[in-house]
Amino acid sequence: MKKIINDPADVVVEALRGLAAAHSGILRVVEDPALVVRTDAPVDGKVAVISGGGSGHEPLHGGFVGPGMLDAAVPGAVFTSPTPDAVQAAVEATTSAAGALLIVKNYTGDVLNFETAAELAGAEGTEVRSVVIDDDVAVADSTFTAGRRGVGGTVLLEKIAGAAAERRYSLDDVEAVARRVIGQVRSIGVALTPPTVPHAGEPSFTLADDEIEFGIGIHGEPGRERIPAEPADQLVARMLAAITEDLPFERGDRVLLFTNSMGGTPQVELYLAHGIAERLLAEQGITVERRLVGPYITSLEMQGISLTLLKLDDELVELWDSWVNTPALRWGV
Amino acid sequence: MACDANGTAGAIRAAAAVVTEHRTELIDLDRAIGDADHGENLNRGFTAVVSALASATPETPGAVLKTVATTLISKVGGAAGPLYGTAFLRAATALGDRSEVDLEGLVAALRAGLEGVKARGKAEVGDATMVDALAPALEAAEDAAKQEGADISTVLIAAADAADRGCESTVDLVPRKGRASYLGERAVGHADPGARSTALLLRAFAEAAR
Repeated sequence: MKKIINDPADVVVEALRGLAAAHSGILRVVEDPALVVRTDAPVDGKVAVISGGGSGHEPLHGGFVGPGMLDAAVPGAVFTSPTPDAVQAAVEATTSAAGALLIVKNYTGDVLNFETAAELAGAEGTEVRSVVIDDDVAVADSTFTAGRRGVGGTVLLEKIAGAAAERRYSLDDVEAVARRVIGQVRSIGVALTPPTVPHAGEPSFTLADDEIEFGIGIHGEPGRERIPAEPADQLVARMLAAITEDLPFERGDRVLLFTNSMGGTPQVELYLAHGIAERLLAEQGITVERRLVGPYITSLEMQGISLTLLKLDDELVELWDSWVNTPALRWGV
Repeated sequence: MACDANGTAGAIRAAAAVVTEHRTELIDLDRAIGDADHGENLNRGFTAVVSALASATPETPGAVLKTVATTLISKVGGAAGPLYGTAFLRAATALGDRSEVDLEGLVAALRAGLEGVKARGKAEVGDATMVDALAPALEAAEDAAKQEGADISTVLIAAADAADRGCESTVDLVPRKGRASYLGERAVGHADPGARSTALLLRAFAEAAR
C-alpha cells in the first residue's frame, strides 16, 4: 500500500485539518468528536441540515458544508459511521428553534447511530427528524434484507434539502422535499479496481484485468455480479437500463443526470461516459434538464463510476439551481 | 465461585487483548463480505475501554459493564458500536447493583445482552449476524448452569463452544441483515465477522474465568 499518510489512525483528523485550512471562510472543524460545521451556524430561523457517515467518500460530506447545503457533516472513521455522541454534538452546534433534519444513508451502522442520536437530541427538547436514502438499484430490497444502500443520490438530496432550508422552508417542508427526492432518485455503480482502506493496508477485493464489478457499493462492497469488461457504450447502456427500468423512468420524464467518479477514474473517461448517457437518454425521450459530472461521492482511490437519475419537477429544479457556497459545490454566489 | 468487579474488569481486559490479537483476522473476514473495518473498529473501542477502566474502577460488575457499553458506543461507530454497546448495557442493567456475578446473574446478563442485540439489530437466528453466535451461547449457558457442579467457568466454556459452532454455521447462510446482506448469495462461504467477534469475546471471558 502506497498512500500519502502518516499513521492510518490519524488519517481522518489530519484530512479535516487540511479541509479547514483550505476553506476557513466557509467552515470550521472540531476534532473531538470530529465535526465539520458551517462557520455561521446556528443560523436563526433556519432548519439545520446535517449529514454524515464514514470518511473516504470525499468530498461527501465535509466538502458540502456551507451556505445553501449542509450546516454540519459528521465524519466517522474511514468507511465507518460516526457515533451517536458525535451526531448529537453536530445537532447542538447547528440547530436553532427551527429544528434539524438528519440525512442518513441506508447502511445498518449509519441508521443505528443516527437513530440513537436523534433520540438523544429529542430527549433534550430539540426537534430532530431524519430521512434515510436508499437509491442503489444494485441490491435487493425486501423485508428480509437491510434494504437498498444509500449512494450517489445522497449528493443531490443534500443539495436540494440544503437549498430548501436556506429558503427558510419549515422542518415539515424540508422533510417533505427530502422524502420526495428519495422517492424519485436511483443509482448504480461499477468498479474497475478496488480501494485500499488505510487501516487495512490491502485492497478490499480483487478483480481480474478483464473483469468489472457491476453494482458496486461506495465502500467497495459488491453488488449484483461480476461481468467481463466491455466497451463504454455497452457498459453505460447496461447501467442506465438498470436505473430506468427500476423506478421506472419513462419517455417524457425530466431528469437530473449525475455522472460520478468513484475516485480513481479520470475526467476523460467520466465525460466520455456522461456523453454516452446523455445520448442514450435522449434516444429514450428522457429529457436531461440538469447535470452534475465529477468526483462527488467517492470510494477512496477506486476506479469506477456511478450514474444517478433524479426525476425532476419545477420545485426541485428551482432548489437545485438555488445558490450554494461549499468547498465542492459552488454556484450562483 | 462468583465474580466481583475486579474479576469482571479482568475478563474485559482479557477480551480486549483477544480483540487486538485478532484485529487482522476480523478485518479480513469483513473484507470478504463488507468494508474491512470490523477488526479496526472493535480494537479502537476495546483499547478505549481498557483506558476507561484504568482511570476509574467501577465498584460492581454491572458498573464495569456499563463503562464498557458507553465507551463502545462512543468510540466504535459502525454497526458494531451500537450493537455491542446495547448488549453490554442490557447485561449491566440485568446485573443491577449486585456485588458479584453468580451463575444466575451470568445467565441473566447473557439473556439480556442477546435480547438487546436482537432488538437493536432486528436480527434473528439464521440472518448471519452476531445473533447466530450469541443465541446458541445463551442456550448452552442455560443448560450448563443446570448441571451439577456448574460454575462460572464451565458455563462460559459451554457458551463459548456453542458460539464457535454458531459462528461456523454462518458460513453456509445467506446474510439477511447488516452490510453482508447486500451480497445475498455471494456471501455464502464466509463466516460473519460479527458472529466471529462474539465467539472470540465469549472465549476470552471463559479463559479469564478459569
